[in-house]
Amino acid sequence: MLRFVLKRIALMVPVLLGLSVLLFAWVRALPGDPARALLGERANPESIARVTERYGFDEPLLEQYLRYLGALVTGDFGSSIRTGQSVTESFLERFPATVELALAALLFAVLVGIPVGYLAARHQGRPLDTIVMSGSLLGVATPVFFLAILLKLVFADWLHWLPTSLRQDARIDATHLTNFYVLDGLLTREWDAAWDAMVHLVLPGLALGTIPLAIIARITRASVAEVLNEDYVRTAESKGLTRRLISRRHVLRNALLPVVTTIGLQAGLLLSGAVLTETVFAFNGMGEYLFDAIGQRDYPVLQGFILFIALIYALINLLVDLAYGLIDPRVRVS
Amino acid sequence: MNAGRRDNDQPLLSVRNLAVTFQLRGQHAAKAVDDVSFDIRAGQHVGLVGESGSGKSVTSLAIMGLLPRRGVRVSGEVMFDGTNLLSKSRGEMSALRGRDISMVFQDPMTSLNPVIPIGIQVAEIIQRHFNASKSAALERTEELLARVGIPDPRRRLGEYPHQLSGGMRQRVLIAMALACEPRLLIADEPTTALDVTIQAQVLEVLKKLVADTDAALLMITHDLGIVAGLCDTVNVMYAGRVVESATRERLFAQPQHPYTGGLLESIPKLDSPRGAPLRPIPGSPTQVLPWSEGCAFAPRCGNRTEECTARTPDLDPAGDRHLRCFNPLSRTAAEARR
Ligand SMILES: Nc1ncnc2c1ncn2[C@@H]1O[C@H](COP(=O)(O)OP(=O)(O)OP(=O)(O)O)[C@@H](O)[C@H]1O
Ligand SMILES: [Mg+2]
Repeated sequence: MLRFVLKRIALMVPVLLGLSVLLFAWVRALPGDPARALLGERANPESIARVTERYGFDEPLLEQYLRYLGALVTGDFGSSIRTGQSVTESFLERFPATVELALAALLFAVLVGIPVGYLAARHQGRPLDTIVMSGSLLGVATPVFFLAILLKLVFADWLHWLPTSLRQDARIDATHLTNFYVLDGLLTREWDAAWDAMVHLVLPGLALGTIPLAIIARITRASVAEVLNEDYVRTAESKGLTRRLISRRHVLRNALLPVVTTIGLQAGLLLSGAVLTETVFAFNGMGEYLFDAIGQRDYPVLQGFILFIALIYALINLLVDLAYGLIDPRVRVS
Repeated sequence: MNAGRRDNDQPLLSVRNLAVTFQLRGQHAAKAVDDVSFDIRAGQHVGLVGESGSGKSVTSLAIMGLLPRRGVRVSGEVMFDGTNLLSKSRGEMSALRGRDISMVFQDPMTSLNPVIPIGIQVAEIIQRHFNASKSAALERTEELLARVGIPDPRRRLGEYPHQLSGGMRQRVLIAMALACEPRLLIADEPTTALDVTIQAQVLEVLKKLVADTDAALLMITHDLGIVAGLCDTVNVMYAGRVVESATRERLFAQPQHPYTGGLLESIPKLDSPRGAPLRPIPGSPTQVLPWSEGCAFAPRCGNRTEECTARTPDLDPAGDRHLRCFNPLSRTAAEARR
């Protein structure tokens, strides 16, 4: 088990290395000169030359890459061309916001999606099933930003039930240890701060979680419907087991296998797909920052953030595989 | 063979005019079982034979109450111990299944849950019906596994189905079905999916456990060899109906329905000369007429007369048996029928 995990982590090294090459080439293939993007259209040639030299943009690409890689190995991801802030630092500042948002969205999607999908499968072809299936189709088809704006308009601007934006009320004097605001509030026992951070997660979480919710509900329904037709479910029924035990032990465990894979995929998508939601709710996560970095050709930020995200993606994948092994003995690693 | 156990006059299970119709949305209603009647007495071993698609499995699922509720119409009577199972509620049936009637299915590869240890899968039926603790149930499971001939049963408790061979899995399913010592065991072609050499072993195990627990047995099969070695009486099904029913001795000595005769002739015999042709029943089960237009076997029958396609025969007493035929193989039976 431990060996399996270590092997998988070791396997990530070549993947990330390859990715760093691709990324390095890709950001440099973006049209436009970084020094000019940074200094503006009317900058004079001297200052452009100065910036170009300072960041080594005129050196041969291979040399630039090797220097970047050398720094990476020591854990140095460089610093932003725009702000001078270290990439690692700005990542650690913004990444927790996005993770919190993605987790809130995922929690919503999983806690609602699995039961709803299960019920739909149990009611195949009846009204409940039809409602769930058409509802989920609507959910998949609704653009995230549209839903985000709609939710904000109704629940924040009109009804005033929930905050319109930001991660926490500025009037709360919260201590921040990890930048995961909910976690910080719990760690420091500042309950009002934790609660306030959670309240700020509701609307963006709903907006971001709707598509994964719809997808998880559909996958669960299909999977449960299939398992209900399996011979071993009939065997369980022939034993006179209670319906609850049959559902929990014999149906759900088997049906969850494809759902776990879907949840993993969705988790990865949420991390990189939160940009629009973050923008609508001024959430100050990585999405917006990364978006600006593309606009301004902030090479170190782009490379660093995307590498970080790839690493997280790989780790989520590993978690999914481990969860799979927990559920299904046939793929369990010895 | 089981004379001592047949003291009670009322049969344990009495199936009367059982009919099952599948009505799927947008399709024609299909009658899979039509007017099936037979009895099983306590401790008796009864065979139900017939070719593929004749409705054997559907009959057994109807008795167990395991047919899907939607799109299926079941009528007739299934009297078990004096009450009609077809009018029992879902909860009553679930309390009875596994405890009073249980079932072994055809395919051991798919009938066990792949993600649950086999120990738990056997123990859960004991926990359910005997209110036993988990550890007590597991202890009893270990005993049961030993009794069905699974070596090193303690270690096997924690193993998963994919770690067991087909024969071992079927033994687990047999242990499971007999765990609560039911009064009736329905075995639906329990050895069809196994290698020939394993078939005999598993059949021995089944026989032994059924004898030990005094359970009555409904053996569903298309293998007349199994029937010959196991059953007291035999019901032969064709196209959803019982066409002949008799004691094993009478049926094998003197089959009366042309279909039964065909079944017996199609068994290769040890004493027939080498190279002698097998004698399959002519035609195929797809050439089946519904019973509403005469005898369903008529298109394949050598004894067919005009009467066979004009009227539908009933299952009537005919001397030492029940028979659904106008022109049986021997005249004596024909006379007895009139
Ligand atoms: N769920 C179902 N929906 C529709 N038709 C069904 C269903 N189950 C069985 N049938 C039909 O009922 C008929 C009898 O099937 P059944 O499984 O009882 O045959 P069988 O005698 O057990 O055959 P085999 O020896 O192949 O197991 C078949 O024609 C089959 O197509
Ligand atoms: Mg069958």
